[in-house]
Amino acid sequence: MLSIRNIVKQYAGHTALDDVSLEVERGQIFGLLGPNGAGKTSLLRIVNQITAPDSGEVYFDGQKLNQSHIDRIGYLPEERGLYKKMEIGEQMVYLARLKGLSRDEAMKRLKYWFEKLQIEAWWNKKIEELSKGMQQKAQFVATVLHEPDLIILDEPFSGFDPVNAELIKDEILELNRKGSTILFSTHRMESVEELCNSIALLNKAKKVLDGSVKSIKNSYRNNTYFIEYSGNKPDLSGSQPFTIIEETQADDAHTLKIKLNANASANDVLQYLIPQTSVNRLQEVIPTMNEIFIEKVNQIKQP
Amino acid sequence: MKKVLLIIQREYMVRVKKKSFILMIFLVPGLILAMIGIIWLIATYSSDLNKPKTVWLINKSDIFNGKFHDKSSILFKAEKKSIEDAKAELRKNEDDFLLVIPANYSKPDAVEIYSEKKPNLNIVEEIEGQMNDISTGNTMVKQGIDTAKLHAISSDISIDAKQLTDKGEEDSSVGAAYGAGIAGAILVYISLFIYGAQVMRGVIEEKTSRIIEVIVSSVKPFQLMLGKIIGVGMVGLTQFSLWIILSTGVSYIAGNLLIKDKIPPAKKEQMRANQPIKVQTTPGNAGVPQSPAMGFYNSLKTVNFTYILSCFLFYFLSGFFLYSALFAAVGSAVDSETETQQFMFPITLPLLFTYILSFSFLINNPDSTLAVWLSIIPFTAPVAMMVRIPFGVPGWQLAISMVMMVAGFLFTTWVAARIYRVGILMYGKKSSYKELAKWFFYKE
Repeated sequence: MLSIRNIVKQYAGHTALDDVSLEVERGQIFGLLGPNGAGKTSLLRIVNQITAPDSGEVYFDGQKLNQSHIDRIGYLPEERGLYKKMEIGEQMVYLARLKGLSRDEAMKRLKYWFEKLQIEAWWNKKIEELSKGMQQKAQFVATVLHEPDLIILDEPFSGFDPVNAELIKDEILELNRKGSTILFSTHRMESVEELCNSIALLNKAKKVLDGSVKSIKNSYRNNTYFIEYSGNKPDLSGSQPFTIIEETQADDAHTLKIKLNANASANDVLQYLIPQTSVNRLQEVIPTMNEIFIEKVNQIKQP
Repeated sequence: MKKVLLIIQREYMVRVKKKSFILMIFLVPGLILAMIGIIWLIATYSSDLNKPKTVWLINKSDIFNGKFHDKSSILFKAEKKSIEDAKAELRKNEDDFLLVIPANYSKPDAVEIYSEKKPNLNIVEEIEGQMNDISTGNTMVKQGIDTAKLHAISSDISIDAKQLTDKGEEDSSVGAAYGAGIAGAILVYISLFIYGAQVMRGVIEEKTSRIIEVIVSSVKPFQLMLGKIIGVGMVGLTQFSLWIILSTGVSYIAGNLLIKDKIPPAKKEQMRANQPIKVQTTPGNAGVPQSPAMGFYNSLKTVNFTYILSCFLFYFLSGFFLYSALFAAVGSAVDSETETQQFMFPITLPLLFTYILSFSFLINNPDSTLAVWLSIIPFTAPVAMMVRIPFGVPGWQLAISMVMMVAGFLFTTWVAARIYRVGILMYGKKSSYKELAKWFFYKE
């Protein structure tokens, strides 16, 4: 769907993107992660042809990116904004027509969306009379109204209250089911795990990590387990098939965080513990994307 | 192209729908209507204002006896009473005057005039003139000069300005050209600023409301800038066209209703007498005294309004494109309107310079080398040319100037677009000229 190859973008004095390459497959929800100033917005702007790269190429559906692709992309920028003095309905129609929709078609689709998001009563209101959340919803509608093949969302959840963020998340998932490919940037890691198939992590203008969420998480598994038990304290003097990383005790519930010894498995742990105590829970500790993100970023900071 | 049309349409509709726009449309014809009303009031009440004043005469000198003649504004009457009684009488009739001529009238300040109100300068001048004539005539007769012969040879010269053009001789009224030149310069100057600032404000609005990124993900920055400039320019054209149509309509109707009907029959006849006689002969028929209003009306006829208006529209539009492109670039470089000052001043300097010069130098020397150059340089041409046009500009100069205007706005639009495309996406950066130059050379 989208192939970004060796993009370099320099602004006076600093490099925003340094040889970044990405592949976004059709039908994916692709998360672009990175701390502030990593170059996410610069990259999204290049894909939207707002700016051009100094070198490198972008391919859209196998073709070199050009003006004809503009109508097939929907873009929600990080800095939201609409004409404040213009009526919301009229403005939505205008934005849709700029994306190549006819007036009638735009009106038809807008009616559907306004009813769906329950903002139809606001059609004749000026933007400045609307609440922030309402403006955000309207802007989201403007982004997806022309049913683009590729939807690019820059920090889509910033500025939404939890209820509306959930609403937008559901809409994104539904659009994806209907066939849109979605590329979004965020630093809200929990949304990544819920939504994304694949991610790329940018830091200081460079891509430091990419791949499917599953494979990345797997590669960060390190045989760490979490155990909760009650009753007698087991013998942990050294004969057990694991090493203890952390141990806590609250009321009757004891918890352990352990790392398996080489060649040991979770079953070995259970076999060792069950005769000695009553095990309530055993769970593999898989690092969250947040932990991976922080670890990766810090790794680069201290070489 | 379809997208540019859409942008033009939005920019146009948003502004035309504003209350202030609608208000302005009716304000100017309203002012013209008010002006006509004032002229009408003055015309109607001028008979009251010009009611003949009675001058009571106490004459101790022989030579003035019966020599004063009445005018439309003055009636002379002999006063039989003593000076004291006459003065007391004067208190009751406050519009009357009392003229006292002693025997030795030729001594300085010997002749005195009394009145309840301050004496009108015209009356005093009229009396002085008559007394001088009488006194001079009297002296001439005493010296044996035939006054009748003298009158016959005295000349009465008035200059009728005619201009040689391709169409032969044409009446030219310097006064009307003066007025049209100044009016054109002021109008072009003010409208360039008003509409240029509207473009700039529009750019800043898009930038501060952050909608700019949404728009430029759909259209190229250049298309947006172009659409905005053309849209606002069309608003200006609409405004001017409506003003011209409404003003013409209003003054035509008001002229018919007020002036024609309310003017006293005598004057009406006089106007009728004037009308069939074309401009050519007007200065010639010296027999009919012309009111200043009629003179103004006639001199206006010597101005070719269609020509001036079409030139105005051309220079307004081309000047607007030229400057508003620069204004758009300035708008893109700043985050708020307060920051625009440092950029606005140098940009508008040529215009301001010409504007100031037009009142003093250009209007008096419309064909000077400086005036010609100023009307060819695109940055100063809109104002300079509007000053020159009523005086007549050679065709080749007009042609060069117009070509230069078009070249000029193509150039500024190109420069502005290069700054604009970078500027609109820059936030929170304090921009300087160095910065702008850097943006100009960015690749894309």
